[in-house]
Amino acid sequence: MALVLAPESPLPPWIAALDAQIARSPSFFDNRPIVLDLARLPKEQPDIEDLMTALEQRGIRVIGTEGAHPSWHGVESWGRPLPSGGRATRDVTPPDETARRALPADPAAEPAGLLIDRPIRSGESVVFDKGDITVVGSVGSGAELIAGGSVHVYGTLRGRVIAGFTGNPRARIFCRRLDAELLAIGGVYQVADDMAAGLRGRAMQAWLDGETMRITALD
Amino acid sequence: MAKVVVVTSGKGGVGKTTSTASLGAALAQTGATVALVDFDVGLRNLDLVMGAERRVVYDLINVVQGEAKLAQALIRDKRIETLSMLPASQTRDKDALTPEGVQKVIAELREKFDWVLCDSPAGIEKGAVMAMRHADIAVVVTNPEVSSVRDSDRIIGLLDSKTEKAESGARIEKHLLVTRYDPARAARGEMLKVEDVLEILSIPLLGIIPESEEVLRASNLGAPVTLLNPTSAPARAYRDAAKRLNGEALDVVVPLERKGFMSRLFGRKVA
Repeated sequence: MALVLAPESPLPPWIAALDAQIARSPSFFDNRPIVLDLARLPKEQPDIEDLMTALEQRGIRVIGTEGAHPSWHGVESWGRPLPSGGRATRDVTPPDETARRALPADPAAEPAGLLIDRPIRSGESVVFDKGDITVVGSVGSGAELIAGGSVHVYGTLRGRVIAGFTGNPRARIFCRRLDAELLAIGGVYQVADDMAAGLRGRAMQAWLDGETMRITALD
Repeated sequence: MAKVVVVTSGKGGVGKTTSTASLGAALAQTGATVALVDFDVGLRNLDLVMGAERRVVYDLINVVQGEAKLAQALIRDKRIETLSMLPASQTRDKDALTPEGVQKVIAELREKFDWVLCDSPAGIEKGAVMAMRHADIAVVVTNPEVSSVRDSDRIIGLLDSKTEKAESGARIEKHLLVTRYDPARAARGEMLKVEDVLEILSIPLLGIIPESEEVLRASNLGAPVTLLNPTSAPARAYRDAAKRLNGEALDVVVPLERKGFMSRLFGRKVA
């Protein structure tokens, strides 16, 4: 599961408290995906740019942000925004229902799925927010798939997969062989260490049961 | 028309330069004309491995920037007449490589030689991209360990996106060369198995080069192992790999731990 860090204003004492935590348990943040909840910071927060630098210097790996104010400079490069988290972001504009219904008028123009029939190599990032991603091949360690819908991997999944990125809790992740670094659905995360050892190397599916991610073998 | 081959890996120290020299020498020994190009500008090594370091006058950067003619910079090997090399500059850095200049040099080499082997620097930055840019074929050098395999996976991704062939919609031919393979450690499960490496990278296997002191000795003496000790296991493996690169269909043999007569008499060798 990802850890949520919620910085508070003013920042220097908060960073000092963070340093104290790191001093107590130096390996606490090692390889842990961190989500940054910025909703407690005021819009006019000074030195907001320095926050990310401070976190990077401490080896903290931010995979996404919540509640960031859009006017903050450079905020889009701070990991990926997690619109699906939702809970911490206060001012959500409700989706325009009429606009949404109008969308699938021309199904040919908007493909509902992305099919990739080659391996995804380390360092590649495939983002498809309109629907499912299907990969016929393996996903390398250090590669990343981000889908608005479900993700299907007909091969070994060694990289990271973020399904239901746009907030779809019914999205699922399927693969023929599980060796993933991280799985995420609708803002809920599991890293390799959290996954049951018996699932490694097996065909599996992952889905959301309320706030909990479940992974079950398919074979 | 020449074939341009890039020898690349992502990770450093896996045996790119040794493999460039050995494959190049093996190809040249069959009578083909071969040029070896050192793209590791700033950290050149190929001249040392080829034993040509005392004959370097001009280098790749001089030719790229038009300060010397290609014929002036090429160094012909003293042992094999059909083998030449183009050294890298030690005093400049990779920024001195311009896309236009590199393209011109490669085009000129293509006209003069049957094979052009480009020794790529480690990493995924400009130098490595320049080295792979104009290649028809890539030899991906990998050690059977996880970090090397992941870096190779990354490089294969770049080969499929940043090369001229990939950008024109064609597919660059990719081959896997597993180096420093230690049969004893593989038998003990301390190394990735070749089939695991192949499963992860899913590109065809060009050869398996066994870990050997002969390779180190050859590098230190400034001769490709295929020349210095042609009957050694790594030399035979490189020669077979060169034949496969040339299109011959040879079965790849996974090196096995061979218990020699002496070791059978005296038990385990003290390493």
